[in-house]
This record gives sequence, structure tokens and C-alpha cells, in this order.
Amino acid sequence: MTRTVAHFGKDLIGLEPLSADQIRSVLDTAEPFKEISERRIKKVPVLRGKTIVNLFFEPSTRTRISFEFAEKRLSADTVNIATMGSSVAKGETLVDTARNLEAMRIDMVVIRHGSSGAARFLAERIPSNVINAGDGSHEHPTQALLDLLTIRDHLAKIEGTRVCIVGDILHSRVARSNIYGLVKLGAEVGVCGPPTLMPVGIEELGVQVFRRLEEAIEWADVLNVLRLQLERMQGGYVPSLREYNRVYGVSTARLERAPKDILILHPGPMNRGVEIDSDVADGPHSVILKQVTNGVAVRMAALYLLAGGAPEKAESAKGGIEA
Amino acid sequence: MSGSAMVPLLLRGGRVVDPSQSFDDVADVLLTEGRVEAMGKGLSAPDGSRVVECNGLIVTPGLVDVHVHLREPGGEHKETIRSGARAAAAGGFTAVCAMPNTDPPIDDPAAVGFVLAEGQRAGAARVYPLGCISVGQKGERLAEIGEMVAAGAVGITDDGYPVMDSGLMRLALEYSLVFGVPVADHPEDLGLSRTGVMNEGLTATRLGLRGKPNASEDVHILRDLLVAELTGGHIHLQHVSTRLGVDAIRQAKARGVRVTAEATPHHMLLTDEAVEGYRTEAKMNPPLRSRADADAVIAGLCDGTLDVIATDHAPHHYDEKEQAFDDAPNGIVGLETALGLVYTHLVGKGVLDVPTLVERMSVAPARAFGLAGGTLRGSAPGDVTLIDPDARWTVAASSFLSKSRNTPFEGWELVGRAVMTVVGGRVVWELEDEQT
Repeated sequence: MTRTVAHFGKDLIGLEPLSADQIRSVLDTAEPFKEISERRIKKVPVLRGKTIVNLFFEPSTRTRISFEFAEKRLSADTVNIATMGSSVAKGETLVDTARNLEAMRIDMVVIRHGSSGAARFLAERIPSNVINAGDGSHEHPTQALLDLLTIRDHLAKIEGTRVCIVGDILHSRVARSNIYGLVKLGAEVGVCGPPTLMPVGIEELGVQVFRRLEEAIEWADVLNVLRLQLERMQGGYVPSLREYNRVYGVSTARLERAPKDILILHPGPMNRGVEIDSDVADGPHSVILKQVTNGVAVRMAALYLLAGGAPEKAESAKGGIEA
Repeated sequence: MSGSAMVPLLLRGGRVVDPSQSFDDVADVLLTEGRVEAMGKGLSAPDGSRVVECNGLIVTPGLVDVHVHLREPGGEHKETIRSGARAAAAGGFTAVCAMPNTDPPIDDPAAVGFVLAEGQRAGAARVYPLGCISVGQKGERLAEIGEMVAAGAVGITDDGYPVMDSGLMRLALEYSLVFGVPVADHPEDLGLSRTGVMNEGLTATRLGLRGKPNASEDVHILRDLLVAELTGGHIHLQHVSTRLGVDAIRQAKARGVRVTAEATPHHMLLTDEAVEGYRTEAKMNPPLRSRADADAVIAGLCDGTLDVIATDHAPHHYDEKEQAFDDAPNGIVGLETALGLVYTHLVGKGVLDVPTLVERMSVAPARAFGLAGGTLRGSAPGDVTLIDPDARWTVAASSFLSKSRNTPFEGWELVGRAVMTVVGGRVVWELEDEQT
């Protein structure tokens, strides 16, 4: 099996190991793919004949469906495996699952797993391309890429933009991937959340830490508001959802005091009235649904690049990659 | 393994290092009837003796590892008492203390007897059992400590778990005074370490792995020291890994608290950066910590705050380690690498001299647990380790006598290793020529 590796390795595990140029090339490659989803017939033969397995060990609706649309619109053959009802639920180990899939001669695996490092674990053990769709608290690279693309779409640039990620930074793979991507592309990055949900040493990743949301709002051009997992309350990290909303909830009242309009992102699914109020989520500066739309294009770009496609040929490749 | 009929053994012309007698000179050592017969220059070999020329070798009282997991009963796919005792001998150890966190746990005299008997059957390193502090290691009420000591247990511990209940620790330290055995504790405040799987810090943050802060160990070390001070009992603190923990022990010793403590080779030579890439062979408890902590452990070992080098030999089957980091079990094997690692990286770099090495690996561990051995005085057990300080070798887990291969030191190039291990006057292991 020969594969042209254009700007990319075998896998997309995270943004930490990527260079700024590699990240930009994914964003640039996503541009021509955006248009496919606007067509009446939403299908191009870019990945015709490729077999892709979506291996989801954690429940996911948005990310799984976004990947599946991206794969199908590029004409790949896809299989979805969710933990429920599969051999994984019968105690099969991750390594055995991987080897069995590989034995069926697949081309790519998109994996979502509750343990940090699971995507890399898989990638080291099978020759297929592996895309990390979220591993524990580690990384969720395609989410960060679609966030970057959305910021670039709306503010025309990322460099110099002040982006603050708000919420449970400790457990968030979205936060880590965003920090790596934003810092590499020259953004100023802040994080804001309760100290109980702030990981040790986060400043060393090049971010500024805000204790109070008011200070973050004062500072930021963009807020990326993270979902507060309900189990964090059971874990005792925050006393109640009501109190979380009072201290860290992004509300119109708080945003009105900002010196400028702030772009609002949220990776979803939202807890309305907890980390974000409905009038903000549905308001004029929210780009939350734009993120969802961009998600499909970014994932198409990632699939295309890992399959050996060249960024500069993405436009013409929509007619099919020459084998 | 070349165990054979008991013939006198003359170890001739080596550098004999026996800190128990402040002895460090070229000399001969004669072992007869399983005991040390004589040590001195120009000893003559009795009829039928085996004579081993020891020029260029270091001859020491047998090395003792007071912290190993032999997994039997219940974990025989990882290690057995036999395979563990053989691995110990191959690492130069003549005696090991077996932790009781087996399945079922060693918490009654019959179980202690089983471990002793299996150890004797192995015919390699001596195996000394520790018994549990609490029934079933549940941390609720004391196990039959007196019965277990009568059956041969040399100490008590709930290792694998800390004793979280300070009241139970008080009772254990008080009650054990009658029997003169140490109470060994794995110092970890579970409330602070919570769901952590590695050291808390930048590496954990980057990898998205939950961290255990130093404070989770420091708090528990301080607690144990205070309760030991209260009771006059002997607390033995296992695998100390933090800077403040070392400081606390140093201060407690100055106050006269009866405390002994361990340093492991891995907590001295590795840091949490070894976890990079989600390497499960670098997952252990306590976790690998920062460079400053590792340096503090080394300093503590050198000045005697930490009395002994112990391996916390913790074998696991490769399937168990080949998992996502969160799911993999804690621990690494250590019996067959400890001496080489310490010799290369502490003695070889001038941090530790040879007599202090022997003190920390033989004399002090034997003393801490009241074991015969740790000396070459006349009539002491004939337990001797021969070390070739110049032997160059590369760690290859595939050649381990242990049943498990989980080491983070694979491929490390080392200088110095055991070449012969003698237990009770019998050669239980010697390095084959092709292994050098």
C-alpha cells in the first residue's frame, strides 16, 4: 500500500503535534469542501472505494453524524460501531477490536473514546488512518479546527484575536485542542472557569487564566463556551448548576457590559440556562450553528488529507482523486 | 540455576564490602554449612570446596529487597513465588519481602505459612512474607498480627492500599510493639489523589490525564509520622517519592521517631515525563514525579533519611498493560534491573559510594525488618552477592526470569550487575558466560 503523505502523517490525533502550516492547510482545504453541502446532490467521489469505520465508545450525536455526513458526501463506505450492542460491550479489549477491524481491510477509523490516549493507542497498532474524534480529556482536533475555521470566517483572521475558553477546562478535550490550535496560529488565548475545574500548569501552555467571567468578557473578542457536564456537580467540583450559572453563565446582561461585540461559540450540546443563556445562544453574535455547518467541511478536509490528498488540489479533487 | 549439594564455598580475592563491620578491603570469604565461616586474607579452602576467583568483583552480604509483589496466590499469570524468587536471585537479591495484597490477601497464619513454604520450595532467594494490617485489607479491624508473626511474617502492611483510618493506624502501631515488627504503609491520601493516574503537573495537563498531587503523599507521610511518634511504634514508609515527604522523614528522625523508609530506583531515575506517549510501563503508584522530587529522593537516600532501596517489583501481564492509560494497572518489575540501575546512575556517577550502596541494599533492609543476613560476620547466614562493577549490559525484558516484562528501562545500557547469588551457602544463581 503506497500513500502520498501531503503535509500530513498517517493520523490526526491532536493539534499539539501539528505545525501552524499544517493547521492552516486543513482550514484552507476545508474551504472548497464547504460548497458540497450546499449542492442539491451532496456527493462527490473523493473517497470512493474507501472503507471508514466510526468507532464510538462514548455516546455522541453531533460529532458522529458530522463525520458520517462528511464521509458519505465524499462517497466513502462507512460503518458505525457504537459500544452498546457490540463486542466491546462483551469485554473485548480495544486492541482486539482494532485488530479485528483491520483484518477486515479498512482504510480509516474515526474513534471516540473516554480514555485519554486511546486514539493514539489505536493509531500505533493499526496501519489504517486514525482520526481522533475525542479521547478522554486529551484532544478533539476536528472540533478545534471547526472552531478555528468559524473564527476565521467571521473575524477574517485568527492572529491577534483574543479568544477565551469558558468552563470546565480540567476535563475538556475541546479546550486543549483549541489552546494548541489558537496559540499556534497566533491568537491570544484565555481560559476562564472555577479553580476546581482548572488544570495545574495550564499557564505553561501559553494561556492567560481568568477567575472571573467579567474580566474575561472585558478582555475577549471571542468566547468559546464549554458545556458543563452534569456529572461535575455530582463530583463536587461545583455546588449547583444554579450557582454555576450565576458565576460563570454567559448572559446578555454580562455581555452588554463588554466594550465590544463578542463572537459566541459553543461546541454543543448546550445546557441552556447553565453555561449559556438562550438569548445569547440564539442572539446576533452567536455562530453556534455556523460551527456545525463548518464541522462537516473540516472533517471532509481531514479525511481528504489523510487519504493522501494535496491541499492545493482539493478543488479539482472534488471530481475524484486520481488513484 | 546451579543449586547443588552443600559444598564449602571459598570466595577468593574480591573486594569485600560489609558496612555492618565497616569493612572494605580485598579479602576471602569462606562459607560452610550454609553459614559464614570466616572472612580474611589468605583463607585456605577445605577439601571439596568450590573456589570462586573474585578478582575485580565486589563481594557483599546478600542484597535484600523489602518490597516485592510475588502475586501468588491469585495472580499466577503475572508471577509466582517461584518465578519471583528466581528473578530476585538473578538480580542479586538473596532475600525479598513479599507483599500480602494477593487474592486472597495474606491475612492469617495459614496463608503466611503457604508463602513461606512456596518460597522454600523455590530454592532461590529467601522469601519473607508480610501479613496484612487489617482483615482482608479492608482497613476496618486488625488482622491476627500475633498469629501471623508466629507463623513467620516479618512485618505487616496493607500495601496496595493506604491505611486511611488514622485510628486503625494507631492501633496497628501500638499492637505491633508486642511483636517487634514494623508497620509498612503505602502513604497516599485517597481523597487528594482521587481519580488521578499520574503525577499532577504540566505533563498530566497536556495529556489530559488526571493528576495526583504531591500533597496526597505528603499529608499521609506526615500523618504516619505523627501517629508513630504518638505510639512509639515502628513505621516503615514505602516508596517515598516527594520532596516534602523526604523532608518530613528527615525531621521526624531528628526527633527520634522510629521510622524507616524506602527509595525506589524508578522514583530516583525517572520523572513524569516518562509517561509521554501514554506509556503504561511508566504508570505506577506513587506516580513518577518531578525532577526536583527525584533529586530529593536521591539526596534522602544518600544522607540516610531513606534507609533502603526497594524495588516495589510489581509484575503485570502484557495484556493488562496494553490498554488505554486510565485502564492499565499500576506498577513495574524491578528485581532484575535495580542493582544495575543504581550502580550505573548513582555509584557510577559518584553520587553514592559502594559501602553506602551495600548499606542501603543489604544491611539496612535486613535490620529494618529484623531479618538474619545483611552481614558477613561469623556464623551469619551464608547469603552473599557477587557484583561485577565493570560488566556492561543492556536491559532486555525478554531475558527476565520474572514472568512479566513491564519495565520502563528496556534497552537501557548499564554498567554493573550481580554475577553470582549465594543463599545459605548455596549458589542459587550465576551469570552464564553468554549473558555477559
